[in-house]
Amino acid sequence: MSPGAILEVERVSKHFGGLSVVEDLTFSVRRGSRTALIGPNGAGKTTIFNLISGIFPVDAGSIRMNGADITHIPSRNRIRHGVARTFQNVRLMPHLSTLENVIVGQHSRSGGWRGVLHPVNLVPRNRWREEARAALADAGLADYARASVGSLPYGVQKRIEVVRALMAKPALLLLDEPAAGLNPVETVTLQLYLEKLAVTGGLTLLVVEHDMHFVGALCRDVVVLSFGKKIAEGSPDAIRQNRHVQEVYLGTPAAKPIAPAAPEKMEYRRAAYGA
Amino acid sequence: MSGYFEGVLVLLAINIVFAYGAYLPLAAGQLNIGLAGFAAIGAYASAYLSNQFAVHPLIAMLLGAILSGLVALAVAVPVLRTRGIYLALATFALGQIIRAAILNLQFIGGAAGYPVTDYIRLPIVLGFAIGVVVLVSLLFGTRFGIAVRAVQDDERVADLMGVEVRGIQIAAFSLGAMIAGIGGGLYAHQFGYIEAQYFNVGLSITIVLYVILGGTQTMMGPLIGATIFTLLPELLRESASWRYVAFAAAVIVLMALRPQGLLTRGQLQRLFAWRHAHSPARDADGMAEHIA
Repeated sequence: MSPGAILEVERVSKHFGGLSVVEDLTFSVRRGSRTALIGPNGAGKTTIFNLISGIFPVDAGSIRMNGADITHIPSRNRIRHGVARTFQNVRLMPHLSTLENVIVGQHSRSGGWRGVLHPVNLVPRNRWREEARAALADAGLADYARASVGSLPYGVQKRIEVVRALMAKPALLLLDEPAAGLNPVETVTLQLYLEKLAVTGGLTLLVVEHDMHFVGALCRDVVVLSFGKKIAEGSPDAIRQNRHVQEVYLGTPAAKPIAPAAPEKMEYRRAAYGA
Repeated sequence: MSGYFEGVLVLLAINIVFAYGAYLPLAAGQLNIGLAGFAAIGAYASAYLSNQFAVHPLIAMLLGAILSGLVALAVAVPVLRTRGIYLALATFALGQIIRAAILNLQFIGGAAGYPVTDYIRLPIVLGFAIGVVVLVSLLFGTRFGIAVRAVQDDERVADLMGVEVRGIQIAAFSLGAMIAGIGGGLYAHQFGYIEAQYFNVGLSITIVLYVILGGTQTMMGPLIGATIFTLLPELLRESASWRYVAFAAAVIVLMALRPQGLLTRGQLQRLFAWRHAHSPARDADGMAEHIA
């Protein structure tokens, strides 16, 4: 496969019951790129994220990160291979403060059981605490450090989630609909922030997003999915011109297919809440 | 000091120790109503060691607590496979098993109870209580404390952040059992006589209530809860057995009006925010946030 790839998804399939959500999907993400994963509802975008981060096992195929096969390693160890993510519906820990949420993000770097005893909340000038504080300040969120996250505006929560993921010092950041639910100002703020991370931090971004303006502004590579299959990839402009993509999104003049409800979201919730 | 006052103080100290034993698993989202069983292990093991082998009571109590923690560690994996109400039932069953086992072990008295010859004085009991409060508070000021609370809030996300969720849950469960074991050892050596009947599910539930009533969001919650609900029945002593009715009524009223417990994180934060705003030295907010 391509030598410049940081993430390689190869011939991955995933079924839920009789329903095939991802089918023989192959794509790769170039190191240092900002890549978008788009497609209509139910195309399998979030499922791909869940397969990459290890929430679900794949049925077939392989996932390689930095050349290392991570297909079968436990989800909690994948962050050590450089993959961190955010969630479609913000998932901060509601009973922790903003700063504590960000400190949780450092966990994979804290060094096993000895790291568990870092006195992060005991010593005012603790190194880890200061690092988390600086990261918040860097994202323009210093004022929220002590707030309980539940009370904060949605746009702020989304940015905190990004900061938390960054604390793992990932090489690849998976962003699941980062702009959803944000107002236009918040969207531009987020886009500039992510651009800065990618350009100055050397971070690779893989973004699931419906907002095509946001995708066009942020990403240079686009992968289009429909019903779990890749139907196109290329630059945002090329994708816009692509006949097949237009049909999938807008329907053919003859018959407009109705997108089915997304069954993977039900499965996802079940898995997430351990029921 | 009057004997009565000393007796109340001993009870208070032991209940505070028990409350922190319940706090650890509760902070990780586990409702453990088998804690009396672990207290019993600590009580009987320490009593047996000091009676039979003349081990110093302090050492005996620590060894009893360690045994209690080891038993918890041994059963943690199967027990923690269950969640919510099922976990509560599993720990309930565990407490019953431990009690039934003790009733059948004749070398520690069986159903007749077990006298304890060594005696520890009030200052030692108080010292242990303070030690437990301080150690648990320090522990919750570390990354471990944040991880425990993160696991309670969202296991899945904690796992993806690299937190060893299973390990954290087992640690919280076993450390809680250890602390309950210390409480049991204190009880045994203070009262000089133990029987399996004392370590029943009623004790487990009372211990959990201390924490829930005091509030699970802060380190001070268990302390406040155990203190108020140990002293309340004493203040109502005049009314003889009606005091337990009053206690139960207080529990119902409090749960209805204030399900989050007496003390919440927000309250302490506001208190500290006020202190911050009014004090020239504005640094030590690490501590402030931890206590809050």
